[in-house]
Amino acid sequence: MAAVTTSAERSLNKLAIVGVLIVTMIFLAPIYWIASTAFKPRNLATTIPPTVVFQPEISPFVKLFTKRSQLRTAPTPEQYAAAPWWERLVFDGGEKVVRSGRGEVQWSGYPSRFMNSLIVAITSTILAVGMGTFTAYGFSRFKIKGEQDLLFFILSTRMLPPVVVAIPMFLMYRVVGLNDTHWGLIILYTAFNLSFSVWLMKGFMDEIPKEYEEAALVDGYTRMEAFFKIVLPEAATGIAATAVFCFITAWNEYAFALIMTNRRAQTAPPFIPSQVGSGLPDWTVIAAGTFLFLLPVAIFTFLLRNHLLRGMSFGAIRK
Amino acid sequence: MATAVMTTLDPNSRSAARGMSDLTIRNLFIIPTIVFLIVFNIFPLIYSLGYSFTDFRASSPAAANFVGLQNYRELLNDPFIWSNFAITAKYVIVSVVGQVIVGFGVALLLNRDIPLKGLLTTLLLLPMMLSMAVVGLFWKLLYDPSFGIINYTLGLGSFEWLSNPDMALYAVAITDIWMWSPFVMLLSLAGLSAVPKHLYEAAAIDRAGSFYTFFRITLPLVAPILMIAIIFRTMEAFKTFDLAYILTSQPTTEVISIRLYKMAFQEWQTGRSCALAYIVLIMILAITNIYVKYLNKVKER
Repeated sequence: MAAVTTSAERSLNKLAIVGVLIVTMIFLAPIYWIASTAFKPRNLATTIPPTVVFQPEISPFVKLFTKRSQLRTAPTPEQYAAAPWWERLVFDGGEKVVRSGRGEVQWSGYPSRFMNSLIVAITSTILAVGMGTFTAYGFSRFKIKGEQDLLFFILSTRMLPPVVVAIPMFLMYRVVGLNDTHWGLIILYTAFNLSFSVWLMKGFMDEIPKEYEEAALVDGYTRMEAFFKIVLPEAATGIAATAVFCFITAWNEYAFALIMTNRRAQTAPPFIPSQVGSGLPDWTVIAAGTFLFLLPVAIFTFLLRNHLLRGMSFGAIRK
Repeated sequence: MATAVMTTLDPNSRSAARGMSDLTIRNLFIIPTIVFLIVFNIFPLIYSLGYSFTDFRASSPAAANFVGLQNYRELLNDPFIWSNFAITAKYVIVSVVGQVIVGFGVALLLNRDIPLKGLLTTLLLLPMMLSMAVVGLFWKLLYDPSFGIINYTLGLGSFEWLSNPDMALYAVAITDIWMWSPFVMLLSLAGLSAVPKHLYEAAAIDRAGSFYTFFRITLPLVAPILMIAIIFRTMEAFKTFDLAYILTSQPTTEVISIRLYKMAFQEWQTGRSCALAYIVLIMILAITNIYVKYLNKVKER
């Protein structure tokens, strides 16, 4: 924008600053509310007026990770004294942790769903970015007949609504036994992210001067050596940005996970809503599950903010 | 397509003395991806095209009977399906228009001399990085008529957002606007920062008003990238499933994806749902084509 010179411009600028701050606050308010509810005692989660100042607790997280049952009677002092400190937190909430016959703590479904999310998202990201990087290099450096059509075909695989693809995939997976398996989801997410990965990586590859490899080839490198030793390090930023986008998509995906998995391989996005059930949901536990689930993405976004901004606008301008 | 790739010779390829030839490397790099996408995207679609002409039900062991175009004829004559499309259209329009207004507006603000611009932009991006299903679940609490923070903050008393059939679709759209305005904002910012500064300086010398500058310089130059944002968001909004499915179960928010999901996985009318999927597919292709033509027109100007 033009340099600020006149007093009218300066006051306009002040207005803009105030406006941006207000918008940012409005946009972050729901996320703040999730985070703060995750640390509230249950009775403060749904008060009117809303509770803003409170003593933070970790009991929502204890409840999130363990199976619990409502207490019929208050715990005896002996029971209370015998329980570890984190179980006492749940006693105080009128619930107790369920133990197996041998006295082992029964975990809730959340930890395993979280692990499933990690396994599926990380593996499919590695596959999509790996294949995408190779393919993007191929498209960027070699002459290919019908290049534009092929690239459009690759992009078009991303246009379909997940539900449309999910019906035939469900039938096919049933035949080959991939339903409710990690690999089933990994393959789907890889296919889904691959198109994006190729497009984004092609943008980054096009920016790396061809002369780098040519110099390497003259020095006696083979094409493969030049690719691995010269091009890949140069493309590291792009690979990182692409990886974060693919991870976020796979991490957050809901429709396929809902349709293709039910117990063994279910990820967190269909699991967390299924825990609401009927009656009065414990919003502190749901908030704790949501908060933990959002954390990796929020941290990623923050650590890689500069690459993200570049990656995003970059891919978009080229598309 | 794959054979075409293999038989084209790159005129510039120099056959390396050692290692693989460029042609081998190119095929090695490209063909696996193409094959993978055909197997997992195109093949399933052909598979379901076959089923769309049958009365197949995945829940019953009965063999599929060929019924010809009956599924398509029935679906196209079903007023309920058309109302699902109408709901989807309304939803797409409300949420995309909302996102463009909010996103472009914030981008215009951010394009001035704002301290901590990078940090604020990153913070604003956070909503679109989150899971629609999980965030949607939490917005249920925010929307709650008796203890939701939205009604409390806006002083709306016990206003019903999600259980009111007239309001539910707008409530879903508001959440969608919250999630995806940052996307429009980001692309607009990229477009705005690419407008050459000397144009503004020239306009200032000519004593052009800010309205004139905006409509004659800023908007036309940002239009192509804004159009790309609109294409992306329209397609995504057309596909909406998780947000509406999680937030409400009103008949007025039953967008076409939800109808499709219910038909396929709750009523188990597999053949019929395959036919509906094809109708949706054709519509998406048509919309995309119209958009792309319009985009090219905008670019030419």
